[in-house]
Amino acid sequence: MTAPVTVPATTVDRPAPGVLVARARRRRHTLGAAVTAGLALAVVVVLAWTLTLGSAGISPWDALRSALHLGSDPATDFIVRELRLPRALTSVLVGLALGVAGTVFQRLLGNTLASPDVLGISAGAGTAAVAALVLADLAGVGVSLLALVGALGTALLVYVLAWRRGVQGYRFILVGVGVAAFLSSITSYLVSRAEISDARAAMLWLTGSSGLAGPAQIATLAAGLVVLLPLALVLERRLVVIELGDDAALALGVHVERDRRALMLLGVALVALATAAAGPIAFVALMAGPVARRLVGGRTGDVLAAACVGALLMQLADVVAQEVMPSPLPTGVVTGLVGAPYVIWLLLAANRRGSAA
Amino acid sequence: MTRALLDGSDAPVDDAPAGASRATSVRRRAGLTLGLAAAVAVLVVVCFVSVALGSRDVTPSTVLHAFTAFDPTSTEHTVIREMRVPRTLLGLLAGAALGLGGALLQGVARNPLADPGVMGVNAGAAVAIVVAIMTLGVQDAQGYVWFAFLGAGVATVVVYGIAAVGRDGATPVKLALAGVAVTAALSSVTSAVLLTRTDVLQEMRLWQVGSLAGRYGPVLGQLAPYLVVGIIVALGFGRALNGLALGDDVARGLGQRVGLTRGLAFAVVAVLCGAATAACGPIVFLGLVVPHAARLVCGPDYRWILPWTLVLAPTLLLVCDVVGRVVVAPGELQVGVVLGIIGAPVFVALVRYRRTVAL
Repeated sequence: MTAPVTVPATTVDRPAPGVLVARARRRRHTLGAAVTAGLALAVVVVLAWTLTLGSAGISPWDALRSALHLGSDPATDFIVRELRLPRALTSVLVGLALGVAGTVFQRLLGNTLASPDVLGISAGAGTAAVAALVLADLAGVGVSLLALVGALGTALLVYVLAWRRGVQGYRFILVGVGVAAFLSSITSYLVSRAEISDARAAMLWLTGSSGLAGPAQIATLAAGLVVLLPLALVLERRLVVIELGDDAALALGVHVERDRRALMLLGVALVALATAAAGPIAFVALMAGPVARRLVGGRTGDVLAAACVGALLMQLADVVAQEVMPSPLPTGVVTGLVGAPYVIWLLLAANRRGSAA
Repeated sequence: MTRALLDGSDAPVDDAPAGASRATSVRRRAGLTLGLAAAVAVLVVVCFVSVALGSRDVTPSTVLHAFTAFDPTSTEHTVIREMRVPRTLLGLLAGAALGLGGALLQGVARNPLADPGVMGVNAGAAVAIVVAIMTLGVQDAQGYVWFAFLGAGVATVVVYGIAAVGRDGATPVKLALAGVAVTAALSSVTSAVLLTRTDVLQEMRLWQVGSLAGRYGPVLGQLAPYLVVGIIVALGFGRALNGLALGDDVARGLGQRVGLTRGLAFAVVAVLCGAATAACGPIVFLGLVVPHAARLVCGPDYRWILPWTLVLAPTLLLVCDVVGRVVVAPGELQVGVVLGIIGAPVFVALVRYRRTVAL
């Protein structure tokens, strides 16, 4: 059943196509870099703005001074540094991590659905955290630690189960879906057996929120990002080769499986750290990559732009959850509510058959 | 090739002698029929075990007497007739409904991931229950069954509606994405309510595990008609699904009304999964795993897949229910959990060892 393949005849009249391509590529690079810089600036501006939000009115200037330890008013310092800054920082850091992880997974597996939620990594973190809350009566750092272990363990399990002379996108996603369903049935069982107060804490954790992280979790996440973000930028070149497909990559002499493993480990580590700090936040990882790609145009520079988009999404979602909703809600509620119309819009805007992204 | 697929013979080899291919196909059909008969026999045994086994052990003769010579004063007879039998019936119906719902979804969406869970059925039912408990103070399963039914149906229709808008209609990827999106939005609403209202959380977390326990009796009576009608209609979809499996264009070329088939199939799925989920809570994996298992046995012909699913799904559900009652007796592990534990490895094995997972 081989359909005849029609090769479009490429007729280029101009004398030096290579020069034109290079020029166009350079222009796109410059534009992409400008957009990414703009996104990064927006993250910082929104960070400063969120520090001024809340019942106590604090001017942006005072908030910034206090956050940078330049202020002198103890009351302002307390509100900004103890209450608002941790939340704002968590939003930014979690958003960065999820943005990078999401776009790495999506490009690695060539599928828009390949977000940590679908691959079971979030579910693994969720089950471990709920077990910690319900069975071991842990709180705070203990829960985060177990969530971290749960996420990494689940990712390893999915990888091992999906391994069969290499890891192929579709099989990886399917195994992830299977493992996720397995874990979430265990989670609901644990919740059904718990004391009602534990069940409520578990529910809060499973929804995900910027307000969950303490200083220890924030520091861990920040340290992780300092190491992993530059690594992601380095590995991005490999991503481009892998996207060409296994055969093409092999022809180019690239050890595909090793690169894929390194990138996967990177994505998993980022998701695990983010989830340990804020719980399984829905849709940020899924949305960040495609949105960034749309804004930047083209493929290069994606990872950094996706990180910034992820951070912005988290920040704005948390503002809505805290300030706009009738009563303050966890961030995950808002990302879930925003994510859905986004995906639907994505579907309606898609013109190419079956690609939908 | 297309003709062979539509007729269900498993010999798409064009250059094979016609007589040999027909002989293979006849032998194969006989094998599948025999196998199906054996599977039904197994199901009957499982039903009997499900009635006999439990926290209170009952001898087989007592089970028979409960029907042949019912003694209203005997606790054992009452337990069997009032609890075990309805529970088993519910397992039969819900299992068949969820399995067929999954098979229909996978066939219509041509998507191996298609499953009531993916399509937002559970999330729709859950959000409807939450709203019912919160606004109307509905207390028991009997009351919120209808809301769950409604929510599951609406979610299915909405998911399909979103996927079908625009060029190309409901392609597999668009459908799965729409399902994920709607599920996430609905679960956000659900968790927003659960986090602010502890009383609703108390009700919901019990429903959310997925169980046959305590949901029989009146619930069964209310939902059985829908389940039975849905199951019968679903079984008639074999030929249409075979057509769709060839792709929309080919199916259309063969004179099928693709849009109509899809719409009808989705209505049936909404009824089947909505009613089953309303009655038992979200039971995962059954709709996902069993059609794959059936496909493994009988190949790509939906006229075989559907009846095999009809038999295999309730067998699996009841076995899991019995296992859950036995392993932690005198307590019990809900069937949703057991299915997760048993279903996941099966599913993973399926993904690993099937030659092609894509439909």
